[in-house]
Amino acid sequence: MESRPCRHCGAPLRADLPDPFCGEGCARAYELIEEAGLSSFYDRFTSDPAARPLRPEQRPARDLALNVTCRDDGTAALDLMVDGLHCAACGWLIEILLTRRPEVASARINHSTRRLRLVWRGGIEQGSALVELVEALGFRLTPFDPARLDAAVNAELRDLLRCLAVAGFAAANIMLLSVSVWAGHSTGMGQATRDLMHWLSALIALPAILYAGRPFFRSAWAAVRHRRTNMDVPISIGVVAAAGMSLSETLRHGPYAYFDSAVTLLFFLLVGRVLDLRARGRTREAAAHLLSLGIAGATRLNQDGRAEIVALSALRPGDHILVAAGERIGADGRVASGISDIDASLLTGESLPVPVEAGGAVFAGQLNLSAPLTIAVTAAGDDTLLAEIVRLMEAAESGQARYRRLADRLIPYYTPVVHVAALATYLYWWLAAGEIWQVALLRAVSVLIITCPCALGLAIPAVQVAASGRLFRRGILLKSATALEKLADIDHVVFDKTGTLTTGSPDLKPDPGRDEDMLRIAAGIARTSRHPLARALAAACPGEAARESVCEVPGRGLAAGAIRLGARAWIGLPDDGAAEPEMWLSVPGRPRQRFAFSEASRPDSAETVAWLRGAGYFVSLLSGDRWAAVAAMAARCGIEDWQAGADPAAKLDALAMLKAHGRRVLMVGDGLNDAPALAAADVSMSPASAADIAQTAADVVFQGESLSAVREILSVAKKARAVIRENLAFAVFYNLAAVPLAVIGWVTPPLAAALMSSSSLIVVLNAMRLAGRKAP
Amino acid sequence: MTSLLLLIPCALLLGGAGLAAFLWALRSGQFDDLDGAASRILFDDPPQKEKHHV
Repeated sequence: MESRPCRHCGAPLRADLPDPFCGEGCARAYELIEEAGLSSFYDRFTSDPAARPLRPEQRPARDLALNVTCRDDGTAALDLMVDGLHCAACGWLIEILLTRRPEVASARINHSTRRLRLVWRGGIEQGSALVELVEALGFRLTPFDPARLDAAVNAELRDLLRCLAVAGFAAANIMLLSVSVWAGHSTGMGQATRDLMHWLSALIALPAILYAGRPFFRSAWAAVRHRRTNMDVPISIGVVAAAGMSLSETLRHGPYAYFDSAVTLLFFLLVGRVLDLRARGRTREAAAHLLSLGIAGATRLNQDGRAEIVALSALRPGDHILVAAGERIGADGRVASGISDIDASLLTGESLPVPVEAGGAVFAGQLNLSAPLTIAVTAAGDDTLLAEIVRLMEAAESGQARYRRLADRLIPYYTPVVHVAALATYLYWWLAAGEIWQVALLRAVSVLIITCPCALGLAIPAVQVAASGRLFRRGILLKSATALEKLADIDHVVFDKTGTLTTGSPDLKPDPGRDEDMLRIAAGIARTSRHPLARALAAACPGEAARESVCEVPGRGLAAGAIRLGARAWIGLPDDGAAEPEMWLSVPGRPRQRFAFSEASRPDSAETVAWLRGAGYFVSLLSGDRWAAVAAMAARCGIEDWQAGADPAAKLDALAMLKAHGRRVLMVGDGLNDAPALAAADVSMSPASAADIAQTAADVVFQGESLSAVREILSVAKKARAVIRENLAFAVFYNLAAVPLAVIGWVTPPLAAALMSSSSLIVVLNAMRLAGRKAP
Repeated sequence: MTSLLLLIPCALLLGGAGLAAFLWALRSGQFDDLDGAASRILFDDPPQKEKHHV
């Protein structure tokens, strides 16, 4: 018999159920949507088979008081992270259901960040009811504090965008005036008109430079005050000098002014700053997101036996907490009572749930899968392993900040030469050649302007924009501005196993000697469970309807009458510590049947590894999974250097070791347990299916099943480096050629303007070669 | 050349209007959710309380 899908969540139904729903939760959700007249949601909903189904779960009541902000006008606001938001229709459903409630003032979902901002009239009780309404549909909501997350970065980004807007406005308008002045040189524009144009340009440019130049002036001033120099010092001097000289030209009714150069330079540099800041803000966000996993609070069991919901920070070692099925554990501890399965993938990368029973150790951030547990807390708050991982990640990230860009490395050599050349020009013309000091100063300023690192400043950002555009079309997102430069230096690629070389979900191994009838029985039983192995078994036999009256014993197995399906011990066999994941089926009167599983590897992982080795890269495998599983995967992909059972700290050690040997490491990983290693590696990549935290810690995120993204990005990075070097060589050559001319006073102002813009143009055009549409 | 006296202020006013519009958009959070706007137009608006007096 064909199995029907549940009308709400789409899960296959057991054949004996009268209703078209898999449970009460789904029935209620369907009713809610139907009542609101929104059943078109089901047509619009695009389900992602890899994502969690929208199955409503019984969740423990939570105290929202910690996160609700009550305002004076009787409204209250709450920010929530939404889990289960797969498509646009989900957001639409939540918004429309909430806004139809009379007490809701506004409900707005941000699709980029998957956050919901909810404002309503009334107190905390109404808020709880609204949260429950959304959760009844199958979404999970986690309250968080927006101020802790990203207020600082957002404020800085907005300031930069305002500067960018002002600079763009000024640049466009001054260019308009400049073009007419340039045309006027040949058509005989009168002096009065030209002066008017220059005065207008000055009126626009000077306030714009004062406003939009602040980020550069501030940074340059801070550097100078600490007796250091950075890229912002020559930029600031160049912009101020160009504006100052143009102003003096304007005052003296001179024919040439350079307000356009100064403002356009600011505009282009600000574009680079904005892109850079957007990428940098992510890591901090990741760490905050990680810590807020547990913000919702924990259910503490008091001495008198009553349960009470408390903030995580209120937990102390020795407390007992209740953790319901499907809930994240809020503190490190030992199981006091209960048997369940724990999803530890967040911390260890282990792909399969681990059974725990009384006495077993559990850690904050792990997900309790099958049955309620009581846990005796041993460490809470900042002492948990989870908090330790966040610290590791932040420390690793700040270590990364020491990387200096090619441009920054050039500056200490470039700027002193420029300043000394300008000073020497001034002294020569004033003292040796006997010119009046104004003429000497004008020549010195033209040296400064002509060396103004316009082409040098654009040489690298232009290439980065072209290369990241090309990668973006291939589904590869560059998040860090320096990643491309660093990728070109990489000589060692380290892979994580689960979710990186493999897709992270198990597959039933084919076995020609298997009894197909036994497989159908097993699949029928397995369909009732959400354990990953059981789901793989059910998926191997798609037509099979779910069996009735199956009971699940958490951590052991499933039973339907006398038929048992589960671990070795569950059917009475001794545990032999088998290398690969397996399930056993025992049916009375028949021989026991073994089902072995393997992790589905990405289709081209072996091919990618072979290419990398052929191209001269060292390749390693670093996994938190068990020894045998890692060894098998390493053999399959042809990786000789591998390490199993590595926890986050061990991965960091391994990376530190590689670095100590002078290797430049690219880390490819996907789990939270990889996050510190991702942050510590020279460059890091994550598949788009990875945990949010890994994605945010990585410099590069790639989409799709294929690992060829690793190949693509390494070859683009090499090409980009070649183009950057050409650009830098050209920019330096241009300066070397033009500066002597400026020093001896040959460079007339229009020539300086033409040289400056043509050099920038050449650099940009050269970079555009990278963005070619042709696939490599 | 007198036409300049009219045209240049016109150009500046138009540019200034564009700048003001951008700054307003930035302040009012138009750039906060770039993904949502693309899909939002596919669906009916949630009812607007202020207009319908629910």
